[in-house]
Amino acid sequence: MLDIIVVTLLVLGLIVFFGGSLGIVRFPDFYSRLHPAGKMDTLASLFMLGGLALYELNDISSTSVLTALKIMLILVFVFIASPTATHAIVDAGFRAGQKPWTQGQPRR
Amino acid sequence: MDGFFLTTALILIGLMLMTLYRAIVGPTVLDRLLGVNGIGSKTVVLLVIAGHLFHREEMFVDIALAYGMLNFIAVIASAKFFQKRKGLHQEPQGQ
Repeated sequence: MLDIIVVTLLVLGLIVFFGGSLGIVRFPDFYSRLHPAGKMDTLASLFMLGGLALYELNDISSTSVLTALKIMLILVFVFIASPTATHAIVDAGFRAGQKPWTQGQPRR
Repeated sequence: MDGFFLTTALILIGLMLMTLYRAIVGPTVLDRLLGVNGIGSKTVVLLVIAGHLFHREEMFVDIALAYGMLNFIAVIASAKFFQKRKGLHQEPQGQ
């Protein structure tokens, strides 16, 4: 039963990671590329690290519970840090004078 | 479960190669920084999966936490550094 939940979470995370990578490769502009990089990577990390922490609780012992707690700590850190890093990148681009892409212009 | 974890790790490496395309050919410096950030966020997950593959979870979790913090600090510092430059393109555009 636990294995089914873990496999579902990991496959869901891989699908969301694939969408984020496809968006980073395919989108036409710097600002629109930051959109999949900021949101989908955070959600996919949430899914996959949650599934791995759940798999760690397969047998209850002191070391496995401590490791699951550490994975939860990484999850909280990623949830705070990844949008902050994306915001810092878009702030740097805006201050350096990068113009947004509009429809009809060539891809950059 | 070991075979499934190995398959997941290999798919993650393929997705990292997809993101590496943007880090290599990105027209501006911030595009390259964005690609490197995407690779880093996948590497944190890959390190935890590698801990399960080698049956040394408690060691690899610490490495993953340190790598995540280092990636965050590097991206913040590089963004602060590159926003002081006027032209973000590598080659001069003739202006």
